[in-house]
Amino acid sequence: MPDLTKTETADAPDQAAEVTAAEPRNGAGAVGKPRSLWGDAWRDLRRRPLFIIGSLLIVLMLVVAAWPGLFTSADPGSGDLANHFLQSPNLTHFFQPDWFGYDGQGRSIYARVVYGTRNSLLVGFGVTITITLFGGLMGMLAGYFGGFWDSLISRLTDVFFGIPFLLGAMVVLNSVDQITVPVVIGALAFLGWTQITRVMRGAVITNKHADYVTAARALGAGTKRILLKHILPNAMAPVIVIATIALGTYIVAESTLAYLGLGLNGISWGSDINDATQNIRNNPHVLFFPAGMLSLTVLAFIMLGDAVREALDPKLR
Amino acid sequence: MTSMEIKTGSAPSSRSGGDDSGALLDVRDLHVEFHTRDGVVKAVNGVNYNVSSGETLAVLGESGSGKSVTAQAIMGIVDMPPGKIPQGEILFRGQDMLKMSNEERRKIRGSKIAMIFQDALSSLNPVLSVGYQLGEMFRVHEGMSRKQAKAKAVELMERVKIPAAKDRVNDFPHQFSGGMRQRIMIAMALALEPDLIIADEPTTALDVTVQAQVMDLLAELQQEYNMGLILITHDLGVVADVADKIAVMYAGRIVETAPVHELYKRPAHPYTRGLLDSIPRLDQKGQELYAIKGLPPNLLHVPSGCPFNPRCPKAQDICRTEVPPLVPVTEQDGTDLPGRGSACHFWEETIHG
Amino acid sequence: MGRYVARRLLQMIPVFIGTTLLIFLMVNVLPGDPVAALWGDKPPDPAQVAQIKHDRGLDLPLWQQYLHYMWGLLQGDFGNTIAGNRPILDEITAALPVSARLAAMAWTFELVVGIALGVIAGIRRGRIIDNSVTLFTLLVISVPIFVFGLLFQLLFGNQLGWVTPTVQNSEDMAQLLMPALVLGLVGLAYVARLTRTSIAENIKADYMRTAVAKGLPRRRIVSRHLLRNSLIPVVTYLGTDIGTLMGGAVVTEGIFNVTGVGNLLFQALARREGAVIVGIVTVMVLVYLLASLLVDLLYAVLDPRIRYA
Repeated sequence: MPDLTKTETADAPDQAAEVTAAEPRNGAGAVGKPRSLWGDAWRDLRRRPLFIIGSLLIVLMLVVAAWPGLFTSADPGSGDLANHFLQSPNLTHFFQPDWFGYDGQGRSIYARVVYGTRNSLLVGFGVTITITLFGGLMGMLAGYFGGFWDSLISRLTDVFFGIPFLLGAMVVLNSVDQITVPVVIGALAFLGWTQITRVMRGAVITNKHADYVTAARALGAGTKRILLKHILPNAMAPVIVIATIALGTYIVAESTLAYLGLGLNGISWGSDINDATQNIRNNPHVLFFPAGMLSLTVLAFIMLGDAVREALDPKLR
Repeated sequence: MTSMEIKTGSAPSSRSGGDDSGALLDVRDLHVEFHTRDGVVKAVNGVNYNVSSGETLAVLGESGSGKSVTAQAIMGIVDMPPGKIPQGEILFRGQDMLKMSNEERRKIRGSKIAMIFQDALSSLNPVLSVGYQLGEMFRVHEGMSRKQAKAKAVELMERVKIPAAKDRVNDFPHQFSGGMRQRIMIAMALALEPDLIIADEPTTALDVTVQAQVMDLLAELQQEYNMGLILITHDLGVVADVADKIAVMYAGRIVETAPVHELYKRPAHPYTRGLLDSIPRLDQKGQELYAIKGLPPNLLHVPSGCPFNPRCPKAQDICRTEVPPLVPVTEQDGTDLPGRGSACHFWEETIHG
Repeated sequence: MGRYVARRLLQMIPVFIGTTLLIFLMVNVLPGDPVAALWGDKPPDPAQVAQIKHDRGLDLPLWQQYLHYMWGLLQGDFGNTIAGNRPILDEITAALPVSARLAAMAWTFELVVGIALGVIAGIRRGRIIDNSVTLFTLLVISVPIFVFGLLFQLLFGNQLGWVTPTVQNSEDMAQLLMPALVLGLVGLAYVARLTRTSIAENIKADYMRTAVAKGLPRRRIVSRHLLRNSLIPVVTYLGTDIGTLMGGAVVTEGIFNVTGVGNLLFQALARREGAVIVGIVTVMVLVYLLASLLVDLLYAVLDPRIRYA
């Protein structure tokens, strides 16, 4: 899994720093609202096309995943080999079963694409939530308490980082008889939690030594308060960015495994692409639609993550 | 137009040639603005000043007064966009640099006009040795070989009194102390013996004891090479020792110009007076220290009229509506006070009252 | 420097042990029985199965098996395959050069094209060229590598006929070009993005302003001042990516039928040859660890502020 975090500390003051420094100050009459990191990021986000397109797509995907029956009347599981074998798409038949054509078993590709959304999103969200909670906790422990805990957790993350992600997942999934959604989530989260741990640890360490934490401590704030009220809100920014992008990459991981024949029981875009390879030469449409839907979903999360990252990073404005 | 030409170049400087036409650098009615997402920040609004060879002009002001942006405009290092220079002239030896080609300007930068920045640590490239960064000046502008350039770099470092220059020429910026780093910045600016040096708060980041050493060094080298020097600072203490004349800036405008000692004796603008009064003095021990009330203006929304009016103790109605032009300041009997100007409707009361 | 390397090598030992242990445990909870698999569909002879297991130490407790395995590794013995009883090391060394070559080609592609795109986009931030590069990298990252593989195979192999759809001879560098391109595509996008961000950050740095004020020509400012600083994080990524490329080759090798490590791994998974899987991962862990050491050492060369203590 590529590590997208950057931790170098190049300070990049603006040329107009002297001018902008005076901006928030109020001279005569001009009243500006004080800006917070998140407030500022939100103002910025609302104007970014990447953010708008990304979130609209994700909302749409979520609706499709929740109520696939709203989008198609066809049954994704049953095929009619006699009438529909590898039938070509009818691109004008919007939302009809034959919109994207039929696959090698005479099943409606459109229906399969629609019904496949749920498993992909379940895996994506499931893994991301699990690793953010567990990996985030581990990172916080390591970063805040340091010493023994840091050494232990850091070595542990080193060990997990050493294992090639896809190979590890293949080994785990190869050993189970029934590949269900929780199993896939478990396997991917087991191998992937260290990604969030590293980011969280780094962010906590950075913030731990920040002046405002020292100030809070000097004012008598306890460990719990400092961690939850001061460090966590600031350390969350990079974690959220990484988690959003990771969500997309876990959807890719699930479909890659399914493509390799380690797909979950049920409809999966990856498995459908694997099936498609048999007929791909003369009927490329069996590949295009599941692959397109898969890519579009991943794209939505990456766009969102990108937009959030840029909005949260004042250096890039 | 809100400001008029003021002949600050004819300041009675012992070293300067005197005549305005002989000015090394002549900034005329310079405007600089930045187009940000919150609106147009008018950083510089019609600045005029000039410097002659061997002369030191101190530009004084709070942060946000436009003093650094003016300097960056002279160097040609304002980021454009978002920066823009909608009007004005920057004459160097009589030629308007704003009309020159990029290549012409580049050749002036570093060799004819050099700049010393405030924070030497971030202003020096962290991954290149100081010898390389100094030598680069000779390699680029004079086509020297790597070896010659390094020898020159050692020479320069000795020049600015860095001990064991030969051994340290291959060290990196972070391996030097703050004062030594600033000396390296000075050496870099001095490398090609430019006609004009712009020093942007050269000592602000340094310890007080080191500040004096660095300032003395700068003044000494300036005299030796007979360079013009623009010293940008917010520190009135630094100015008194080295400057010939002062321009006080506020909200992107020059509000007062004067030969250095005249300014301290008789300020002609309430802002300058406020600055002087806020210096702690030994003979006023025990009294409350004076401070100018309020904050510098938001450059997105500069107050109408005189930009200083919301903070001015003497503000009248006219100050809220009309921008005071920079006018020559005279004695009560009308005798010329060469080099003096004030942008205050009530300069007469301020200086004489 | 020497002491630092020694210390880093020492630190690698627990990580190496931990990683091999982890993969060893993962592999050995595989329910399938590789020995029984020798008989295929026929019912295995229990006595013979027990005999083979005894000979190979497969009837020992797991921790003893692991110790045996590690002891063998120290002597360069990766064990033998169950089917065919061939030395696993031989199989790996036969497949490794192919994967290494593929990874090296992909890596070069990432480095050259990725950095070039990133620099152009970073310098012209906000312009059309920047937006195009950003869009391109977004698309490349979003489309899974196996989809790219299949698409390229379909387009250049079957439709246009520029290349054979699958690799006929894995020793032939020209034939590896297409798989290498596919393999390096994602990394290329990340390199381009990282370079772009890094350039865009450094371009605003104070020392860049100084470089302009020195009157340096633009070319020199970019190549000597901007790039030197901006490429530091990119080097880290490229270093760790060597390991990822070796591991990620499973999919690409499968699509293009390249007989590399990924191919070997596939067969091992199908035959439930745990020892082969552990062996392959062991080699990859070594590659990964050495690559990260190399990156750290390179870091010091690129950034003099970093000192080894």
